[in-house]
Parts: sequence; C-alpha cells; structure tokens
Amino acid sequence: MGMDRREFIRLAGLSALLGLGGKGAFEIVRPGQALAGFQPEGKALEGKRWAMVVNMKKMDEATAAKCIEACHRVHNVPDFSAPKDPKDQLPPEIVHRTQIKWIWTEHFHNAFPGEEYEGMPENVKHMPFLVLCNHCNNPPCVRVCPTKATFQREDGIVMMDMHRCIGCRFCMAGCPFSARSFNWRDPRPYVKEVFPGQPTREIGVVEKCTFCAERLAQGLMPACVEASRGVLVFGDLADEKSEVRQTLGKYFTIRRKTHLGTNPQVYYIV
Amino acid sequence: MAEYKNEFGEFAERPKVPKKLYDAKYIIGGLVVFFVVASFTLWPNLGKTVPAPQPKLDTPVIKKLAEADRKCILPASEMRAKHMQMLIDWRENVVRTKERGVATARGRDFVAPDGKVYLASLTNTCMDCHSNKAEFCDTCHNYAAVTPNCWGCHLESGQTLAEAK
Repeated sequence: MGMDRREFIRLAGLSALLGLGGKGAFEIVRPGQALAGFQPEGKALEGKRWAMVVNMKKMDEATAAKCIEACHRVHNVPDFSAPKDPKDQLPPEIVHRTQIKWIWTEHFHNAFPGEEYEGMPENVKHMPFLVLCNHCNNPPCVRVCPTKATFQREDGIVMMDMHRCIGCRFCMAGCPFSARSFNWRDPRPYVKEVFPGQPTREIGVVEKCTFCAERLAQGLMPACVEASRGVLVFGDLADEKSEVRQTLGKYFTIRRKTHLGTNPQVYYIV
Repeated sequence: MAEYKNEFGEFAERPKVPKKLYDAKYIIGGLVVFFVVASFTLWPNLGKTVPAPQPKLDTPVIKKLAEADRKCILPASEMRAKHMQMLIDWRENVVRTKERGVATARGRDFVAPDGKVYLASLTNTCMDCHSNKAEFCDTCHNYAAVTPNCWGCHLESGQTLAEAK
C-alpha cells in the first residue's frame, strides 16, 4: 500500500514535465484559444524612461490652473467642494482634509523643503510650483505595496491597478511627495462632468497621477502637457534627441527631495 | 460481542438503555414548527417557474449594424459562459501593460478568433454596442443573483455614445 519514495519522485517529476508542457498541449488541442491574442499597439507613444520638465520661467498661475483643470477633468478627479447635488455639500475642513489631487501647486518652501535660504529671489519664493507624482526611478510606494497594486512599468511609469488596491495606504506613507490621495468617500457625486470612456474611482482606493498612460497608448501627450502649451515638456529621457533630453542639456534643473534617493523624474527649471 | 468499557476504563456489562424518545411531542412538535417557519418564505413561489431572462439586443448601435456584422467578439454561447473571465483577462492585460519584470505580452488590443481587432475596454467596447445595461447586463445578473462590482468605477456608456449625444 502507499507509495515509496522512488515512486513518489518519479510521479512528481512526470507531473512537473506535463505541467511545463501544459500550454503547448493546450495549443495542440485547441489552437489559438489558450491566450486569444494580444498584440502590441501600433500608434502608441513608446519610451524607455518617461520624464517631465517643468519650466518655471514660463509658468504662471493661469497656466498651472489650466494644467490642473485639464488633468482632473480627463481623469474624473472629484472636487469635493463642488458636489453635483447640493445636499452632498461637505464642511470646508473635510473638503480640505480629504481632497484628491493628481497635480497641484506648492510654494518653493513646500515643494523643495530645506532648499530655501535667506535672501533667495523673492519671485522664486512665490512661484506656483506645479507638483505631481514624480514617477521615481526607485519608487518607495511600489516597494511597500502589499498587493502589487502599484507597480513600475518598463517605461518608468509608476502605475496603479485600482482592482488590486485594498486601501491600506502604505504607499501614501511611503511617498515623500504626498502625491497620493485616498478616496475617503464615493467620488462619483463630486465629479461634475464625467469624462466619457474614463473610469472614476471607488471609495477605499488610493489614486495618483499615471503620466496619462492611457493617453500615451493612444499616441497622445499627457493632458497637463497639452494644456500647458510648452511650459511642461514630456518625453523619453533615454532618447538623446527627445525634447526633454535637449531641455535638460540646455538648462540646469532641480528635482524634489533628491537626498531621499527616490530618483524623481520630474525636473524643474527655476 | 464487542467488549464494552465503562467510564472508568474497566470492562463491564453494557448498560441497558431503554430505546425511547423522551418528550417526543415537544421534539416533534418543535421540529414541525421549525420547518414551517423556515420554509415560510418559499411557499408563495411553490410550483411557479421564474422565466429565464431574455437580455435585449435592440440598442441603436446594434440595430444600425448590417445583419452579417451583428455578432459579438466571440460566439454568443462562449460569451455567455466566459465573459467575466475575458473581462478579467482584459483588465490584467490593459492595466498591467509593460509591467517591469513580467514577461507576458500585454496590451490594449484584443484579437478575436475571426481576426478582427478590438480595444480591450468594458466601457468603450462592450458598452458601445450594449448600451442598455439595465436590459442587457442586469437582467441576467439579477436572475443569477450576482453583483459584479465593475460599475463602482466603470461608466455605463462609452466614448462614442457620449460623442453622439
């Protein structure tokens, strides 16, 4: 009765071999059905390392507002201060505390803490620094995510998979740039005009800028870059002829909190 | 006869227990009352059959299609059985495109067995034709008592429909 060790190892080995050939076997039985094919898309923008340059010399409040508006409109980012139904109105402190932002403005001392010094140019102090997810090369949010809901793509984009997000907010604790927002309530009643074809989010997930991965796949530039009319430069850092690379070579740029070692990929010309 | 040990572990004679149901009228009465109460909600539907749902296919987009083009991306029987698995595959392929360190081919284009290429998107592909969620999706889902949580985030009408409006 039972099975001796030799028999067990023989069976285990055989089943492992069968398992390895499983997909091949499936192909013989039902050709083309195992993975009804997915193809790489043709018109998509391809890059090895997406990066953005924010030209603060050209930036003003109006441009920044336009970028924010464009981003939040195409991604159905809720504005809790303006509900569709007046009875969903929230107290201002809740609106502020639970706000969701993909891209927003900060003053110098908040965007670049520790970099300010006495006697620095007054205009720099009050510039509206447009800040967003830095799509770091070494993203702490990806490292801490327990479900791999947030992950890094081959082209450097730090992406969110809302289907896997369990709302633990480790990534929010991990991100030194506060680029992530948590959905404390259902955002639907606060999305004034739903952008067609784009999903909203649900209560209990974290969201952030995705460098408009869905627009890149359609061959479009990110929404904020398009709205900025040349103030924001987006492109492939690995391509020496790209506009980002040219801009970075021409101007000296700074990045946010580089001492933390996350290697952010949003550059600022001041 | 098997040997019997008493509660002290000693061999003993099997005790004689009378084979009798004590308090039979309370127990049986209680059981009857329990089954009556438990099955109470089922009585109104006793003997009735709930007709199988007939998902409606008469949306404007489908009506506009030529008779030959009026088919889903897979045969209807397969769609009926596997659409959720297909949506899950689409989701993985679209959202996790180009994930670093994952070797599988992923993308946004779905190639149907007949060679036609579709954008893998619930809102922008499925719901473009099946714009009648209440009469198409919900009839079956309600009948089968399943509540897919797609609609918490995904919109019920696609891009082309919104543009047409």
